[in-house]
Amino acid sequence: MTAEAEQLTAHRPAPAAPRVHKGRYSLARTLKYVGLIFFLIVVLIPVYVLLVTSFKGTGDADPSRAWNLPQIWTTENWATAWTTLAPAIGRTLAIVVPSSIISAFLGSLNGFVLSRWSFKGADIVFTLILFGMFIPYQAVMIPLTQLVLDLGIPTGVPTLILLHVVYGIPITTLIFRNYYSTVPHELIEAGRVDGAGMLRTYWSIVLPISIPSFVVVLIWQFTSAWNDFLFAVFFSSSQNGPVTVALNNLANGALLQNYGVSMAGALFASLPTLIVYIILGKYFVGGLMSGSVKG
Amino acid sequence: MLNKLRRVGPPLLMLAPSLILVGVFVYGLIVANFTTSLTDNHTAAQATGQKPAVFVWFTNYLDLLASEDFQHSLMNLVLYTVVFLVGTMIMGFLWAWMLEKPVKGEGLFRSVYLFPMAVSFVASGVVWRWLLNSNQDEQASGLNRLFQIVGLDALQNNWWNNVTFGIVAIAIPAIWQLSGYVMALFLAGFRGIPEELREAARMDGASEWKLYRHVLFPQLSPVALSALIIIGHMSLKAFDLIMSISKPANYQTKVPAVDMFVFKSSFDYANAAAVGSILLIIVAIVIVPYLIRTNREEKR
Repeated sequence: MTAEAEQLTAHRPAPAAPRVHKGRYSLARTLKYVGLIFFLIVVLIPVYVLLVTSFKGTGDADPSRAWNLPQIWTTENWATAWTTLAPAIGRTLAIVVPSSIISAFLGSLNGFVLSRWSFKGADIVFTLILFGMFIPYQAVMIPLTQLVLDLGIPTGVPTLILLHVVYGIPITTLIFRNYYSTVPHELIEAGRVDGAGMLRTYWSIVLPISIPSFVVVLIWQFTSAWNDFLFAVFFSSSQNGPVTVALNNLANGALLQNYGVSMAGALFASLPTLIVYIILGKYFVGGLMSGSVKG
Repeated sequence: MLNKLRRVGPPLLMLAPSLILVGVFVYGLIVANFTTSLTDNHTAAQATGQKPAVFVWFTNYLDLLASEDFQHSLMNLVLYTVVFLVGTMIMGFLWAWMLEKPVKGEGLFRSVYLFPMAVSFVASGVVWRWLLNSNQDEQASGLNRLFQIVGLDALQNNWWNNVTFGIVAIAIPAIWQLSGYVMALFLAGFRGIPEELREAARMDGASEWKLYRHVLFPQLSPVALSALIIIGHMSLKAFDLIMSISKPANYQTKVPAVDMFVFKSSFDYANAAAVGSILLIIVAIVIVPYLIRTNREEKR
């Protein structure tokens, strides 16, 4: 394809600048901006609803006022949501922080070995690990409950740390492997000539240059563990589980839906990942890209 | 021999913790799950091991596939997958296409389009449950009320309460959350196309459409495949959104992952395991060829 296109265009004078189309172009430009702004508004509609509803009191409950701003702005919902969810947010941190660090470290070890010390079957090992990223966890859930029980690990925080570490290994391995394949060979070879063993090489040469990848992996693991609901609902309750379970309980527990409180709660539960996204967006996108296997 | 050990030993040692964990928690458990799915482990007494379970081979699978209830779940899964895939691909491509050339405020548009990805399905489910409220006319709130406000009353509908197409309503928030991801993939794809290639085609007098048809689309097809695989396998695991918007007991919007949860909750471990295995088989049919292909391409 490429070669063909190049051949076709060889030895041809450049045509005059297409000034004729200028009017059409600026119309197209305007249309594009209209489109971009239209979708911007559409994407932000749920945010408007969340914010506005979370500040509404019971006086605004009438459906005819659904899209209006609050008659009286109140922070009551925020207070209620915070007292209900604060303990769960603490537990989520207790799950997410250690599990992200451990799985990132394991992924870094694996990625290093699989990208550098190519032994026979390294590709097969990698593919087998990678498959773990795609399995529907429903296919392991029943024996997993039994296994966790047999191992004597209490449900709630400890179990969820273990599960996020284990099922995080495939994606962290993938991201680090892709990263290490781009590291110049000479850098590591130099270490080897010095007679440094594999672990020494990893520790003193590879680890220090891995910081950018660690940031990407930690953000990815943080976000996905923070947002996890599937493992949480199988292995914890709203008393000992993370914020997703507590929020789901808050939003659906009562007979009468209190949308004000649950929307304030949804905002609380999303704040940490949103802050990470806003501050470290570049690395967040980096993680997304690696999710597509080829990086 | 000793030499070989020295060469293979350290890497194996470094891989060992992960290999053992993945071996047990992925492959070991898949086998264990499949074994359970072949038994008559349908009661709490059997689930807790007080009563023995007997092998019934593929009876559970046959019963499941023959039941209208489970067929409805599978049908829902197909509908959901199709709408989710088509929706995210169209939106994602459209956004990437609009942002591909230098645009004022590009960073803002990109960040806003992508941000829903950082939010959990459970949190977005809270607001989408409100938006997709099925009340109409006087009682309408959510999107139905918004349609009235902008004069599109005819668009009001009962969303996820529709028996046949209710699941499509659940795909809307899913599209909202993941179109930005597909956009990011396509944008990376667009940026990866060398400028000379476009210039060449333009100088050749190729029209905009021909440029896309013959130059850009072929270059973007690997990206499109990645996006299809990722979104596709996510949709097969659809669970969180349904749990938070329409509840597991809701017949209209149930899918296999929800059935699995309901079976597990009622201690019907055999059927729960069978549903899990069915999901795994569906995912494997899509993923395994993709992984093998990617592996082969890398070697080249």
